[in-house]
Amino acid sequence: MKVSASGGIAAHSSVGRANADMWIMRAGIVLVAGSLIVALVLPLYVLMSKSLHAANGAFVGLANFASYFANPALSHSIYNSMLVGVVSTVLTIALAFAYAYALTHGCIRGKEVFRIVAMIPLLAPSLLPAISLVYLFGNKGFFKSWLMGETIYGPIGIVIGLVFAMFPHAFVIISTGLSLSDGRLYEASAVLKASRLRTFFTVTLPGAKYGLISATFVVFTHAITDFGVPKVIGGQYDVLATDIYKQVIGQQNFEMGAVISVILLLPAVAALIVDRFARRGQVALLSARAVAFEPRPSPMRDRLLFAMCAAIAFCIVTLIAVAAYGALIKFWPYDLSFTLRHFQFDLYAGGGWQAYANSLTLSFLTAVFGTAIVFVGAYLVEKSGTLPGGCALIQVLALVPMAVPGLVLGLAYIFFFNHPANPLTFLYGTMAILVMVTIGHYYTVTHLTALTALKQLDKEFESVSDSLKASRIKTFARVTVPICLPAILDISVYFFLSAMTTVSAVVFLYSVHTQLASVTVLNMDDAGEQSPAAAMAMVIVITCIAMRVLHFLATRGLARRTQAWKKR
Amino acid sequence: MKNTKRRAMKWAAGAVGCLAVLTFAGNASAKTDLTVYTAYENDDLKTYKTAFEKSNPDVVVNWVRDSTGVITAKLIAEKDNPRADVVWGLAVTSVGLLKSQNLLEPYAPKGIGKLDKKFVDRANPPHWFGNSVWLAAIIFNTAEAKRLNIPKPESWLDLAKPVYKGQVVMPNPASSGTGYFDVSAWLQIYGEKKGWEFMDKLHENIARYTHSGSSPATLAGKGEYVVGISFGLRGARVKTQGAPVDLIFPTEALGWDMNAFAIVKGTKKLAAAKQLADWAASEEAMRVYGSTRSVVAIPGMAKPIPGFPPNPEQRLMNNDFDWAAANREKILAEWIRRYDSKSEPKKKK
Repeated sequence: MKVSASGGIAAHSSVGRANADMWIMRAGIVLVAGSLIVALVLPLYVLMSKSLHAANGAFVGLANFASYFANPALSHSIYNSMLVGVVSTVLTIALAFAYAYALTHGCIRGKEVFRIVAMIPLLAPSLLPAISLVYLFGNKGFFKSWLMGETIYGPIGIVIGLVFAMFPHAFVIISTGLSLSDGRLYEASAVLKASRLRTFFTVTLPGAKYGLISATFVVFTHAITDFGVPKVIGGQYDVLATDIYKQVIGQQNFEMGAVISVILLLPAVAALIVDRFARRGQVALLSARAVAFEPRPSPMRDRLLFAMCAAIAFCIVTLIAVAAYGALIKFWPYDLSFTLRHFQFDLYAGGGWQAYANSLTLSFLTAVFGTAIVFVGAYLVEKSGTLPGGCALIQVLALVPMAVPGLVLGLAYIFFFNHPANPLTFLYGTMAILVMVTIGHYYTVTHLTALTALKQLDKEFESVSDSLKASRIKTFARVTVPICLPAILDISVYFFLSAMTTVSAVVFLYSVHTQLASVTVLNMDDAGEQSPAAAMAMVIVITCIAMRVLHFLATRGLARRTQAWKKR
Repeated sequence: MKNTKRRAMKWAAGAVGCLAVLTFAGNASAKTDLTVYTAYENDDLKTYKTAFEKSNPDVVVNWVRDSTGVITAKLIAEKDNPRADVVWGLAVTSVGLLKSQNLLEPYAPKGIGKLDKKFVDRANPPHWFGNSVWLAAIIFNTAEAKRLNIPKPESWLDLAKPVYKGQVVMPNPASSGTGYFDVSAWLQIYGEKKGWEFMDKLHENIARYTHSGSSPATLAGKGEYVVGISFGLRGARVKTQGAPVDLIFPTEALGWDMNAFAIVKGTKKLAAAKQLADWAASEEAMRVYGSTRSVVAIPGMAKPIPGFPPNPEQRLMNNDFDWAAANREKILAEWIRRYDSKSEPKKKK
């Protein structure tokens, strides 16, 4: 009698709790979707609607589009953008997959070092590889002859710069997919005496499929929307993103800038549709019974993989090292003696060190708030099982920022947040709006990383916790977060580093007290102060490396503890 | 459970507090803060601010500095709810655009009569006044020229000669104000027909059109190309850094633009803005500008700059800014039709 009574009470309270959980999750979905609407949809709508209006505000329908396509100087950029986008995507994905495969499925030395090196491009403002490429392959460069008469200022430079800049993005997504493979599948494959090649094509590749597709989507859209690389190394090879710059910054023609932004969205929307199709067959790879895959040594393969990783790592490090060299010499290429004078930033830019401190604040806040909202958002989409419409909305909105150049997002923020009728105008000109735009700008990659990690957790975890009458929130805190800790840490570092180096979105939004180091670098370079620009860029790189190393040391023990379950 | 909630509340409170601090930081000052948008050189900013605040201790100048294009775009994008109180140090071609969009507050600062007429907006009261000049210049890399055996150009027309093929860089007028000001100067001096003929020939020699007005000077300084079409101050800067360059101010058609001052319409700090305007037009200010500029608004206030020609004010072309602003769209369309559509690298294979 007593027993059943208490059982009844427990059942009752757990139903109440489940209900409360459900409501909390629904509120969370509404909150995340609402934030994305405010931070992305509304500003972009305000800007893009300009494509249908004349400069005086009159509605003109598609007239702006008609005049765009009537002008071959403008529309030719579509072809250029596609060409550069496809070539750099193919190269980036191939290299990143090989690299990630070696680190997850090979038994090679120095994996931790390689992992850090792979992230280096994230540490550098996009100007930095451009400076290095000029030193290496410019008309006075060390290896100009290697280009066989071609110029670095054009598609070649853009592709190299883009591959360098996007490698870590692709690597993070692909390696998340690869590292969560279920070891039992490999055991089964070995028992069935499948060849290595066959195992690769039937186990590894399908397992990594979702990561690969996401990475392709991310890299391609990033390649066609990136503006920093083509601006600094592209010479006069016009792409869509630099055309927006020309229209908006050069001619203050916001309407034509909006037209080009809309055109830029199209390939991204196409990529999105493909992505949705591909995802249909996706099943959780890491079931509740999964065992972490542990690669077995294979000397021949490992040596090959090691050589390849070393080659890629060498290229990455070289680009950084050359820029570091640039920061230390007096005047390229005529006076190559060493000096430290370029690091006296207060001599050059207005408050160089203050800008650096602002950048640190921005990075820290972006990492904290960004990681929280992204991971919770991805969790709700993937695991809550409630409000499917809201989840689908988050899912679609999360992919929008990738398709929008930062320049466009920044401009959209001015029009939206500075509108006199907007109750949020108090945010304008503050650090908060910089944090917001940065989180918004980098939402896609982080969302996909979180999703890839979460997708590979069996929904059984939730079912089991429900049947054990544990609260969903407890399951989230005790199971999901610890299992996904590596991905969460990756996301927060990614946010930190991106905020440290971002330029295009914030250039319109920083204000008197929020000048940023990355913008200072660009302005120094623009003013012909290339060595101080390289020096400031190196300070950013060093900060980021320190952050990365610190992060790695501080969390290694933690990760080891929380990831121990994967081992047998 | 309770604990979790309390912890969550604490976090939320912390987050809100953080945002609040961020939002209101920097508002707690007894003096009047002026937000000043500028495209002045970075190293000028501290000098100007200190000099002004010394004689006006009740007003603080807070700079927002970026390139001319970014500042102009920002001002126009913000027009429904202006954030700047003052624009100080923006090309007059951009300031003219702001004037035509009715974004400026007309004001005649004390002592405006002392300024050279060329430097003051024709409207009464003026919407803007110029304070110092920047000059078009050819930045010529002597080291590379010697190596490649290329003669030193003396005039713009020299640059159309075949010997400079593939060695000239200039800013794209569709993305840089400096580029447009070169093109409009050539059209004014040579006339439309001869001007376009000259640019047709020049186009054959152009290695590339750059996005920013200063990069031709930088590129010539680094020896990437022999000739950069840019402006004087940037060339002088590159030279002091150690680049083997000569600055050439062509004898005919010496194009120029001004750093202008204007009050933004709708500023809530009009009194302080006028105070700044009075100072910016004063003789004291002219002396400050003159320490780094070759021509300022009151004649004879500028110190000569090494590498610059003597008496440059007498050589300035008669630049019609109103004509240049009114015809901008037409000229750019023609320029793009002629040169930009074939601006990708010449076909190989």
